[in-house]
Amino acid sequence: MTSTTEQTERSGINIARLLMSFGPLMFLAVLIVIFTVLKPSFIDPINLFNILRQISITGLIALGMTFVILTAGIDLSVGSLLAFCGMVAAVVAKGGTANTLSLSTTGTLGYGWFAALLAAVIVGALAGGVQGFAITRLKVPPFVVTLGGLTVFRGLTLTISNGGPISGFDASMRWFGTGLIGPVPVPAIIFAIAAILCHIVLRYTRYGRAVYAVGGNAEAARLSGLRVDRILISVYVIVGFFAGLAAFVLSARLNSSEAVAGIGYELTVISAVVIGGTSLFGGIGSVGGTVVGAALIGVLQNGLQFNNVSSYTQSIVIGLILILAVAFDRWLKSRVRR
Amino acid sequence: MSTAEAIASSPPLLSVEGVTKHFSGVTALSDVSLEVRPGEILGLLGENGAGKSTLLKILSGVMPPSSGRIVFDGADYAPSSPQDAKRHGIVTIYQELSLIPTLTVAENIFIGRAPLGPLGLVSWRGMEDASRAIIARVGLDIDPSTPVSSLSVAEQQLVEIARALSLKSRLIIMDEPTSALTETEVQKLMSIMDRLRKDGVAIMFVTHRLEEASAICDRMTVLRDGRLAGHLDRDGQPIQIPKIIEKMVGRAASELYARPTQRDVAGAVRLSVRGLRTVRDPLAPHAIVLEGVDLDLKAGEILGVAGLVGSGRTELARAIFGADRIAAGIITLDGKPIAPASPADAIKLGIGLVPEDRKHQAIFAALGILNNFSIASLGRYSNGAGFMAERREREALAGYRKALSIRMASPEQAIEGLSGGNQQKVILARWLARDPKVLIVDEPTRGVDVGAKAEVHQILVQLAARGIAIMMISSELPEVLAVSDRIVTMRRGRITGEMPGIEATEEKLMELMALDRKQEVTQ
Repeated sequence: MTSTTEQTERSGINIARLLMSFGPLMFLAVLIVIFTVLKPSFIDPINLFNILRQISITGLIALGMTFVILTAGIDLSVGSLLAFCGMVAAVVAKGGTANTLSLSTTGTLGYGWFAALLAAVIVGALAGGVQGFAITRLKVPPFVVTLGGLTVFRGLTLTISNGGPISGFDASMRWFGTGLIGPVPVPAIIFAIAAILCHIVLRYTRYGRAVYAVGGNAEAARLSGLRVDRILISVYVIVGFFAGLAAFVLSARLNSSEAVAGIGYELTVISAVVIGGTSLFGGIGSVGGTVVGAALIGVLQNGLQFNNVSSYTQSIVIGLILILAVAFDRWLKSRVRR
Repeated sequence: MSTAEAIASSPPLLSVEGVTKHFSGVTALSDVSLEVRPGEILGLLGENGAGKSTLLKILSGVMPPSSGRIVFDGADYAPSSPQDAKRHGIVTIYQELSLIPTLTVAENIFIGRAPLGPLGLVSWRGMEDASRAIIARVGLDIDPSTPVSSLSVAEQQLVEIARALSLKSRLIIMDEPTSALTETEVQKLMSIMDRLRKDGVAIMFVTHRLEEASAICDRMTVLRDGRLAGHLDRDGQPIQIPKIIEKMVGRAASELYARPTQRDVAGAVRLSVRGLRTVRDPLAPHAIVLEGVDLDLKAGEILGVAGLVGSGRTELARAIFGADRIAAGIITLDGKPIAPASPADAIKLGIGLVPEDRKHQAIFAALGILNNFSIASLGRYSNGAGFMAERREREALAGYRKALSIRMASPEQAIEGLSGGNQQKVILARWLARDPKVLIVDEPTRGVDVGAKAEVHQILVQLAARGIAIMMISSELPEVLAVSDRIVTMRRGRITGEMPGIEATEEKLMELMALDRKQEVTQ
């Protein structure tokens, strides 16, 4: 008697669990169908690749943010850090701030794209490391540390750029933002490769296991012998690295590093991660979810744009969807628990 | 005797008649009936999961019963909320106290009903004077303007009882009130309960501590698996503990804690502790610190550490394990001095700890059994590049699943879905996977149902037989007696006694755990 009730309950749990992992994906599919019905040209490969290009910048940062949120942390500084890293990349690419506003597109005065890329990701990772250090050693909550970081990095960016943009990179650098491999935009490929790597790290390595454990129960993780502080610092290094990488791609795409780049990105990035099912309380979530979350936001923005919905209304819709996505997740979890 | 008869003949204050509660298909409470009369203390006993908390929630207005009838003071009682229950005169005091720590004692007592002065403003003088009188009734002599956060747990509890009395409560339900109290504090609470009983207040005393229940309860109602297992009456002398256990578990207590056969404990000293002291945290002045502990733990033995809450037993485990800071003392492992600065250090040296609070300190609720199992030995189940060797990991888990008879659906199943006993076995497997030299288990069967308790005990004995040095901390004396080869007792951060397991009795241990007792007797 009890075994049959247990079994029916278990299958009920499975349906809820299935919904929990595939809910956002199903919602994405529904959205694509709706937009296609509204305007068939929505489904054109050109538009789809366009969406991919659009989401790749915030998507890259969202990959890093997934690590952070999995540990029950948050990083509000990513938008400013992106601007800062972009500026660093520009300075390196062009060999100094003196070239500000130079329109030369063939100038080879600087150190080239590779040095620029390296500088951007190293500076990003270091900045993340410093914030991680403040969080673990000074015991300041992540929200506060990265809120401070948000202001500090923006200020640093404005300081080195004197408030203006640094523009005009050589073609080899611009390829990373505007190039195509076959029909696929290079930023989309970078995003895809990064997503696969992150997925592998979180799913198949001992480091990934440790990240989930620290987020799931930090005290139990410590008592199981994990070096919790090191893992916490590492996730901020990772999100900083991705902010640097995203900065490089963005500068390459715009052929310019703007001091005001990335304002508000932290919110889009966090939305993507949360819509993708990663719990702000840590321990639950996946890279796949984040990719879907980023795609969902991209499809919504593009589809609404496509149907001439104003950007004001877009903001309203995306905000509401964020809340609904989390409410749905909560509801499913309450069913699973029971 | 005449008062007892008077109570017995008086009509019940509360009567619960055939109450049943279902939660989405699960029956948490089935056809339970009980009565509480004015001026008596009714013990409500039962193992974890027996349905005690469900019944409490119904009585305190947190949720309604699915069926059944409750009569309070001659009228049907169906509280719509905890506030409503209080208005009726039933107050529940939970383990997690509901006082607001930043407010003063007086503010807490008069929360939401502060006496007002002529201008409609709070009359602080009036509030504090009234509070002083109220807390005097429970034997508290403190300034009512003291913030609650600076009181000890016992004092906070008394403030809650005082508040309940000031609300003209006629039935006070106490959920595990003594679990965080020292022996003296327990005695004090008992005497206050006795005084309230004489004043005609009815008390429902929910507890795991059979000794206390036996000492003070007039009657007991025992629940088992959501059903009524029976009622016990005092009949002039304390209700016998074995009788309670028998009702709780449905079989004789002697079967439950069968003593394992005497084993040869040959081993050399594995772990040795000398003069161990821990740091007093200035932010937690009431916290227990070790005041110089000397201890030897031999390979292949189970050393039972008996002590009440607050004796320093958990602090000892945490200090050895590198989880708390050590102020002074020497720890040696196999003759070599060690100084683990973190659990990670201790684990590398071959020490494992199954912590006291499984939910908060051991399990990763959201993760699967496999991830929970291997978290302390990720190095062992991964290759040089840091990738998990999942096949090896699964094989190892399958081995422990069989060896420890862990009942689970699949390695991916969330550990939350397992019973307490099976969760504990997964945590044991987590440490066995590391092949530890020393395993410290703190309250290994807390929240574990009766059947699985014996299994956990068997596992510990088998591990010791393999040569692992086991230190078992427990507040359940029958458990300590059943499993330990040697027993030490602790009190106030010190070791107060040591004896071989065969010579120990509950009485001897209790005396050593609570040395104050002798003074109380002479008083």
